[in-house]
Amino acid sequence: MGRSMGIASEAMAGTPETDDRRSPSRADGGVTERRQAAIGNPAALVPVALPPLAEEDAPLPDPRRSDVDEWGRSQHMRELAHRLYQPIYDSWFRVEWEGLDKIPAHGGALIVANHAGAVPSDAPAIMHGIETEVGRPVYALADHIFKGMPVVGTLWARNGGVVAHPDNAYRLLREQGQLTLVFPEGSKGPAKTYAERYRLRRFGRGGFVEIAMRAGVPIIPIAVVGAEESMPIMFKIPALAKAIGVPYFPVTANMLAFGPVLGTLLHFPAKFKLRVLDPVGFDDVPPDQPRYSRSRIMDESEAIRQRIQESLFDMLQQRRSVWSG
Amino acid sequence: MGRRVLITGLGTFWGGRLAQALEADPGVDVIIGLDRLEPTVKLERTEYVRSDENYSILNRIVKATKVDTVVHTFLVVDSTQMAGRLLHEINVIGTMNLFAAASAPGSTVRDVVVKSSALVYGASTQDPVWCREDFRRKSPARTRVERSLLEVEGYVRDFAIDNPHVMVSLLRFSNVIGKDIATPLTKALELPLVPSVLGFDPRFQFVHEDDVLRAILFVLDQEVPGIFNVAGDGLLPWSEVAKICGKRTVALPFAGASLATAPLRRLGVDLPPELIDLLKYGRGIDNRRLKQAGFRYDHTSAGAVEEFCQSVRLRRTVGPEPIYHYDEEVETFFRRSPAVVRDQPTVS
Repeated sequence: MGRSMGIASEAMAGTPETDDRRSPSRADGGVTERRQAAIGNPAALVPVALPPLAEEDAPLPDPRRSDVDEWGRSQHMRELAHRLYQPIYDSWFRVEWEGLDKIPAHGGALIVANHAGAVPSDAPAIMHGIETEVGRPVYALADHIFKGMPVVGTLWARNGGVVAHPDNAYRLLREQGQLTLVFPEGSKGPAKTYAERYRLRRFGRGGFVEIAMRAGVPIIPIAVVGAEESMPIMFKIPALAKAIGVPYFPVTANMLAFGPVLGTLLHFPAKFKLRVLDPVGFDDVPPDQPRYSRSRIMDESEAIRQRIQESLFDMLQQRRSVWSG
Repeated sequence: MGRRVLITGLGTFWGGRLAQALEADPGVDVIIGLDRLEPTVKLERTEYVRSDENYSILNRIVKATKVDTVVHTFLVVDSTQMAGRLLHEINVIGTMNLFAAASAPGSTVRDVVVKSSALVYGASTQDPVWCREDFRRKSPARTRVERSLLEVEGYVRDFAIDNPHVMVSLLRFSNVIGKDIATPLTKALELPLVPSVLGFDPRFQFVHEDDVLRAILFVLDQEVPGIFNVAGDGLLPWSEVAKICGKRTVALPFAGASLATAPLRRLGVDLPPELIDLLKYGRGIDNRRLKQAGFRYDHTSAGAVEEFCQSVRLRRTVGPEPIYHYDEEVETFFRRSPAVVRDQPTVS
């Protein structure tokens, strides 16, 4: 062979697999198997199928100084946020859960919920509830617009916010088995006016179902009552939204009551009730497929939307008062 | 018969180091280095050829020397080094001429390794946390260096399609850090206060300079075609990077950050627009594909930063290492003069 190459060869020496790979030498003019694979698919420089990643032998020294993980979440920051938010959770919104035991203790699951309130108050309530009561971290997928906001973007990431990108979702769910929260309505949910409250918008294009199928995890729907009334939108100013580049610019009852600054921060103390519905599994479809049936995705998406909608109506039938539940 | 290697950009940090590493390899017969500037490291048997920035001489060299391996390290990824015009000449026109020469009829080139950069992914709010090799950026490339690198990769891809008998490996490197290399980021980290963008603390990824070199040698040795990200494990916030270096950060305003960098330029730290984006949004590249091919990193992101910081401390005390000056007559004397006794055992 005799083609050892300085530094690289030290790292390479060993595994029979590597030896195998280097044996077809260039000198004989033959085309290696790998090269053959490359020829087979000319469109890509990326054609070679590689073996699955072997376990690392010994961990490298990694002198980290903070606990910020690859998603930007910091457990310390979360614990601080829990302490600050606990009184709001307990006394302001008086959050009440139903069926919290349906949240799995291990493994990935995609949590989906209805989304409401001009500045949504449901995400912190769901995350706080699951993190403190089930004791598992929750990552929340959200619009990339937050990442572009100074300070807000950083705080959002430290508290578990992740840009909603299929690759991020797959890695969180499939590879790391994390609980991941997403609001399939997207910004269309919080952008509803008060007159349209508790009427679910379209669930995007069903991407959340496709991700759950690909990641091989169940979807756990949650119906949330209370967020709609915590910051109701009276009307919207589309021209202003366009000018500053946000999906919607609401004028809320809170702004009318507390003024423009405090009104965007302070929610009304509506009583929060959250009901965890039965998980939806996709055991009949294999994970890691490049494509899934579009009609199946849309059917599942619509069925989940229906179930959340029906639970909301059921919970609203039983609700005596917006403020005391 | 051993390898005949052509290195473009011999005068650059990477070209010089790569030539040194290849000189130690008995399997490499001939090393030819091209650049517009003289080498900055001591070389024993590498032949240096001066060329203009867009390699018009290249066709002749490839024909005359019958090289079978081309390592293209001449791509400029640090846009602060030169004017945009020159950068375009070197990156785009240089690459075009290189591949024109390598694909000429009768060309003996069988392996091509290109050193590109993770800059081709850009840095925007819409990107995933980890970019894989097949990731297609959604944000348009706004800076000249990003546009030129994308054009370069286009040429690489075309060449790979047109010449299926050639093994083409394209390596995309994350932010390089280490003892010897100077980039805008390492310069920023050597300032008493490390610049950051107000309200942003993005996650950064680094790759140690030795891992960069090892990765290039790895793909040369193992002959793995395809695109590979090269970056250390882990992402760490910019504030933590500063903390590892024992520094505090100072915030630049988020609007007009490029204006605010003007005073920094006086200090010798030029933060180009692509780095301002990085300081706002960060970037992670998935390094698992190269690991699957069998490569093992020696440093994580945080480990690379710490080693950089230790070397800065040492340099501050004992001063910089002496710079090697290339002198053509001296080099010719040692290589060609009959007075020099060759093939003698080296004194250990």
